[in-house]
Amino acid sequence: MGRISGPLHDVAGDAGYENHPQRMGFFTDTSVCIGCKACEVACKEWNAIPEDGLTFTGMSYDNTQGLSADTWRHVAFIEQRKPLGMQDPGMDYGDVDYSGVDVLGLASENDARGDFRWLMASDVCKHCTHAACLDVCPTGALFRTEYGTVVVQSDICNGCGYCVPACPYGVIDQRKDDGRVWKCTMCYDRISDNLEPACAKACPTDSIQYGPLDELRERAAARVDQLQEAGVHDARLYGDDPDDGVGGNGAFFLLLDEPEAYGLPPAPVVTTKDLPSMWKHAGAAAATLIGGMAAVYAWSRR
Amino acid sequence: MNETEVTPGGERDQRPGREAVPGAKGGRERLMVPKATPDSYYGRPIIKQPTWRALNIAGYLFLGGLAGGSSVLALVSELTGRHAMARAGKIGALAAIGVSTGALIEDLGRPERFVNMLRVFKPTSPMSMGSWILLAYGPAAGVAAVTDVTGLFPRVGRAATGWAALTGPAVVSYTAVLISDTAVPAWHGAYRQMPFVFAGSAAASAAGLMLVAAPRNQTSPARGAAVLGATLDLTATALMQRALGDVAETQRKGRAGTLMLAAKVLTAAGAVGATLTRRSRAGSALSGLALLAGAACTRFGVFEAGKASAADPRYTVMTQRR
Repeated sequence: MGRISGPLHDVAGDAGYENHPQRMGFFTDTSVCIGCKACEVACKEWNAIPEDGLTFTGMSYDNTQGLSADTWRHVAFIEQRKPLGMQDPGMDYGDVDYSGVDVLGLASENDARGDFRWLMASDVCKHCTHAACLDVCPTGALFRTEYGTVVVQSDICNGCGYCVPACPYGVIDQRKDDGRVWKCTMCYDRISDNLEPACAKACPTDSIQYGPLDELRERAAARVDQLQEAGVHDARLYGDDPDDGVGGNGAFFLLLDEPEAYGLPPAPVVTTKDLPSMWKHAGAAAATLIGGMAAVYAWSRR
Repeated sequence: MNETEVTPGGERDQRPGREAVPGAKGGRERLMVPKATPDSYYGRPIIKQPTWRALNIAGYLFLGGLAGGSSVLALVSELTGRHAMARAGKIGALAAIGVSTGALIEDLGRPERFVNMLRVFKPTSPMSMGSWILLAYGPAAGVAAVTDVTGLFPRVGRAATGWAALTGPAVVSYTAVLISDTAVPAWHGAYRQMPFVFAGSAAASAAGLMLVAAPRNQTSPARGAAVLGATLDLTATALMQRALGDVAETQRKGRAGTLMLAAKVLTAAGAVGATLTRRSRAGSALSGLALLAGAACTRFGVFEAGKASAADPRYTVMTQRR
């Protein structure tokens, strides 16, 4: 039995593994995501996930809508009237001297058309340090792998659905015609063979990076500094902090706006953190019931 | 190169072709969908809706409470020599827990795998603990009812009655932990008060069952339990709604709001009725029905409020941003 909240360095060790590999993770750098959805497709292909409705939502370019039992990578599209940062078209004009001409300034002189940005972000299961889905699973179908990731054993899951509302990120869900729950496995089969997960393999811009979590965290911290220096003041990391409510994510992100804008909870806390207090209150309530009935007994004996 | 449509009235719809200047002619793109506001992603929920069906799971919250409460009240009745009322409680408990178990299994995505619930003993999973609690309680409730009705093995029956009365309150209050231990704002935010709401409601509903089913001259413990239970239920509900803050509006609006209001009215009316109808069989039964209906409304109301709070990302954000 491991810890249920707070920072935890050795996640796999806490789950009982000895001589386990490093904790592996995803760093999704949304600042270089181009919204191609190759990750969504690669994930579906590799994991043989069934088709789940070819719908047209009419909201931006996002017809996938969100993570679900049949979508383990989801690319969000957000259109905003806001400049990305100091934008440089990166053109070489040869011998013509345009120095001193503020092109962007001219472009935004009369209207706000320069103030526009697309945010694209590939969402995925966070593989939390303290995973509520795993904590509440009554059958042991959800388990912690030696890589520190969280995986459902589909031959054990009985579809009780408890993990679904327990997940603070709305990741795991029930496949209706199947009854069981499904989510990202961080390609457990691939990483066990030293291959990177399908989404990371397919990502053409390295927006999705896979590797040892410690390395990814260092790289991400450097990347935020780089973006901040370049004037992208919105850049911030999400889910990288081992002191946060879920003990840090195995899959964390670099975002360019508040988490809510991407459909992510701003400061999630693993629900199990309060479980000891819940049991205490339930115990007190049970004792109150017995005490009240004892009073009824004493009163009705008269 | 320009494209021009020539009509008898002259040239019209001159389109600029490749010399087009962006935005120069009328056609700016219009946003056809609501703009993504920074506080949500197109208004989509952040957490997933519970997959549980209301009839099964809210129904279980009610029937499990009824069963547990009835087992305790049955013991009180037996110890005070009210055997007809004790029998009503035991039969009611068995029926309620039997239907509950069926509903719980029916609600599984893979009902044939229900026995996997007993693969592990996992204190971090209230559902795992609940499975073991039900295993400890259910058979005892069954033995208590069967021995009472058949008159066989009275000593075993007494032991089972006592054991069911001891484990019944666990069935009652663990169900609050079951739904509180989720990311659902209206459930998790109420984890301190909800076990008391359920305990009070369970006592009131068990008393309601006795008022309906037991002979009038034996029901005085039920009337006491009705008043105590209803008082605890209504007080704890008020405290729960205060603790929920802005999220409490999910218990005041929509279907959940109607249910919670009905619960309050029915429970209060049932408790008052229980004290006033000592001499009327019909009045007692009516009060009992009101208490039962009130307890059911409480559970369905809490359940629906949770679903409403999961459906709107505002509630998830407001509980994390304050």
